[in-house]
Amino acid sequence: MTGRATGRAKTLTALALTVAGALALAGCTSDGDASPSPTGTGAVAATGPVTLVTHDSFSIDKAQLAAFEKKSGITVKIVKQGDAGQLTNQLVLTKDAPLGDAVFGIDNTFATRAMEAGVLADYRSPALPKDAEQYLVGTHHGGATDQLTPIDYGDVCLNVDHTWFTTKKLAEPTTLDDLLKPEYKDLTVVENPATSSPGLAFLLATVAAKGEDGYLDWWKSLKANGLKVDQGWEDAYYTDFSGADGKGPRPVVLSYSSSPAYTLSKDESSTTTGALLDTCFRQVEYAGVLAGAKNPGAAQKVVDFLLSPEYQSTIADQMYMYPVSPDATLPTAWEKFAPLADKPWVVDPDDITTHRAEWIQEWTGAVVG
Amino acid sequence: MRSAPRVALWGVAVVVPLAFLGVFFAWPVATLVGKGFVVDGHVDLSGFADVFSAARTWRIVGLTLLQATLGTAVSVLLGVPGAYVLFRCRWRGRGLARAVVTVPFVLPTVVVGVAFRSLLVDGGPLGFLHLDGTFAAIVLALVFFNYTVVVRTVGGLWERLDPRAEQAARALGASPWRAFRTVTLPALGPAIASAASIVFLFCATAFGVVLVLGGIQYGTIETEIWIQTTQFLDLRTASVLSVVQLVVVSAVLVVAGRARSRRERALSLASDRPVDDRRLRLWHRAADGTRSPWGGDLVPALVTALVVVVLLLVPLVNLVVRSLRVDGAWSLASYRALGTVGDRGALSVTVWEAAGNSLRTASVAAAIAVVVGGLVALVVSRRPRRRLGRRAVGALDAVFMLPLGVSAVTVGFGFLVTLDRPLGIPIDLRTSGALVPIAQAVVAIPLVVRSVLPVLRAIDPRLREAASTLGAAPGRVLRTVDAPLAARSLGLAIGFAFAASLGEFGATSFLARPDAPTLPVAIFTLIGRPGAGNYGMALAASCVLAALTAAVMLLAEQLRGERQGGEL
Repeated sequence: MTGRATGRAKTLTALALTVAGALALAGCTSDGDASPSPTGTGAVAATGPVTLVTHDSFSIDKAQLAAFEKKSGITVKIVKQGDAGQLTNQLVLTKDAPLGDAVFGIDNTFATRAMEAGVLADYRSPALPKDAEQYLVGTHHGGATDQLTPIDYGDVCLNVDHTWFTTKKLAEPTTLDDLLKPEYKDLTVVENPATSSPGLAFLLATVAAKGEDGYLDWWKSLKANGLKVDQGWEDAYYTDFSGADGKGPRPVVLSYSSSPAYTLSKDESSTTTGALLDTCFRQVEYAGVLAGAKNPGAAQKVVDFLLSPEYQSTIADQMYMYPVSPDATLPTAWEKFAPLADKPWVVDPDDITTHRAEWIQEWTGAVVG
Repeated sequence: MRSAPRVALWGVAVVVPLAFLGVFFAWPVATLVGKGFVVDGHVDLSGFADVFSAARTWRIVGLTLLQATLGTAVSVLLGVPGAYVLFRCRWRGRGLARAVVTVPFVLPTVVVGVAFRSLLVDGGPLGFLHLDGTFAAIVLALVFFNYTVVVRTVGGLWERLDPRAEQAARALGASPWRAFRTVTLPALGPAIASAASIVFLFCATAFGVVLVLGGIQYGTIETEIWIQTTQFLDLRTASVLSVVQLVVVSAVLVVAGRARSRRERALSLASDRPVDDRRLRLWHRAADGTRSPWGGDLVPALVTALVVVVLLLVPLVNLVVRSLRVDGAWSLASYRALGTVGDRGALSVTVWEAAGNSLRTASVAAAIAVVVGGLVALVVSRRPRRRLGRRAVGALDAVFMLPLGVSAVTVGFGFLVTLDRPLGIPIDLRTSGALVPIAQAVVAIPLVVRSVLPVLRAIDPRLREAASTLGAAPGRVLRTVDAPLAARSLGLAIGFAFAASLGEFGATSFLARPDAPTLPVAIFTLIGRPGAGNYGMALAASCVLAALTAAVMLLAEQLRGERQGGEL
């Protein structure tokens, strides 16, 4: 069964290569390296079709992708599969018959889940900048590995509505503990960690800040102080938050450190919301080559492309994240109004995989009852 | 000699739908659920003990039953008067009102969340009711979605019910209420049971609306399966819950089936056209000229007006108003932006292109659903003489309802583990985009069956027998007896199937290709991104979806109207 499947995969790859080679010849391009190389661990052919499996929030400039396809001889088919958690779990579930060749969008809260399940093949991209190596993930079992390539990152933080607090002549909260004070009763709305990735990220921030023994008490106190929990970001940000277009009743919402760059005043000289940088959890998003990919060589090239200066410079606008490449450019509004936290809260990815279900269940027991 | 082709024909009518359902529903679901019960190659059923020993499980099952029962009861109570006013009475604007009540049925839950919650939230226009995050809000939203199912299913039969039986009862001195209760209501029984079972399944498997409106304390079996599958990949727990869901759903189908078959019998249907020439008369005029509200149409008209205006129109108008407000002023900017791909290229196509994708996909899905569902309805409408045959027909009927009662997540994840090379064909169906209309059709088939079946079953079998006795071949009986009567319900079925496909989001979001998103998928993408432009566009796109649905339903009504006036 396995033998047959592999045989078929090889036939398909060979077929794809032949077609790609023929196209290259017909187009008189100089891509001589498109010809199939002998099997072995060395050079892998890097043209032909690649299926990139990613999450719902993935976005790329069409013209940029077309330019990459033209230059590389690779055609990229994009398949979106839910949020980061769903994406990872679907890859685990389909390990024996992978959904595609490359993946982008597994984040640090699900990283070791994917690695332990053996979903990914090893690949260290030569395009990975030195500064980004701090985001490489290892597991306790295997040390730093080359399965996941960091592409972008961002901070999940509480946001406040400056206008609301100015109007009410109330000082803005700045820390997690501030939110428990009586003057901030009924002001906070967050997302459910069981149904939303920012919700999970923030739960992890509180675990890091208050410790495994203390985080539930903090949540219980916040619940007693009138916490509202929504199922998703859309609902919290657009319906309950007073600082967004929905004009809801609550001035403190769980969102991203980049969100204030999208609530600018008319003249774009200031923003009406701000992120509380002491409440942030850093999310890192990774790409990788899937184990059992039909076209691993080209999948590697796609990972390299995600690290290229062209794509990295569009990440802020397309993905609402910060590029890992220090050379990439950021939109002006981001430089002014979307600062990152100096010291975001951190939880070891291995600990997240071990305890995720347990923490969410404990949280559900304490906050939902 | 004549019976061989006949058997073959019925064989095809049974096998084609079963094969379709088998490949695109039963096999994926069974494979995924099976995975939860197999650990290291052994069957392990210990998950049952673990799940059933948790107090939370029982609370979830209880809440699921409670919200589905209440949602169904309220929908039926409000929907029956609605069916009367919208299908039995004639008045200006009726066609538009019929189209409007269908709109909520197709709106994506994220949008309903905005439309409802922005009204109910503290400080919102209806904040003083303190309904936000309550159980009542969930039930109201379930009625918002499902009202049209009752109105259309019951109305479809009512408009063709021969009025002479009720008139006779009245002539014999029965009060209007008594005539309704003893003559009309029993005749409507099958349609009401049909509608109630669909609505119950929709309510029992409601997912987004429960999470968005109820907050998190009202978890249901469906939300729990979603969390356990997509977030934890705990297939052991999810599979147990899927089995529980299947048991609950099957029990409901059996009860509903019994209720239907007890009531179902040949009705006297007005043969040539719907009996809609009864004007809406608000007041009852007694013989002595005094006017009284009892016996006239005032009560059903008031109930219907109240439901349509308060429950359906207020949230919809709220949505329209919000789509027209930009930076605190009235503006059409959000609508103009529908020709673009959103702020900073949020979408891969414009909203209009997404709408085109939706229409194309929904047409294919509706075509599949009408063919497959029509065949099922035809088979199920027969009453075999033998007990075994009757049982088989009943089972077939129930089996095709199951897709409404099984979690979209279970189906979606089931696709992922089975359809990589379906039946050995080397095409990865999972990522091909071809599954989108198929997945939509699976959900639309039960709606087609339930709209066509009450009419087919109500055909007096003696009509068919008479035709046979006079020498008509079975095909000719079908063509001349069944087809003309069923054709009238087909407009309704097509409209329903189209609307269901247009609004389907659960399975579609798993399968839609990003380069060809449907309108609900585009709306979901837009509202998931920050920036006033994207938010406004999401709301405007929702209004477009609503208008599109209303237009399609109006068109379906027109088609039906022509048929009715024709030679059939």
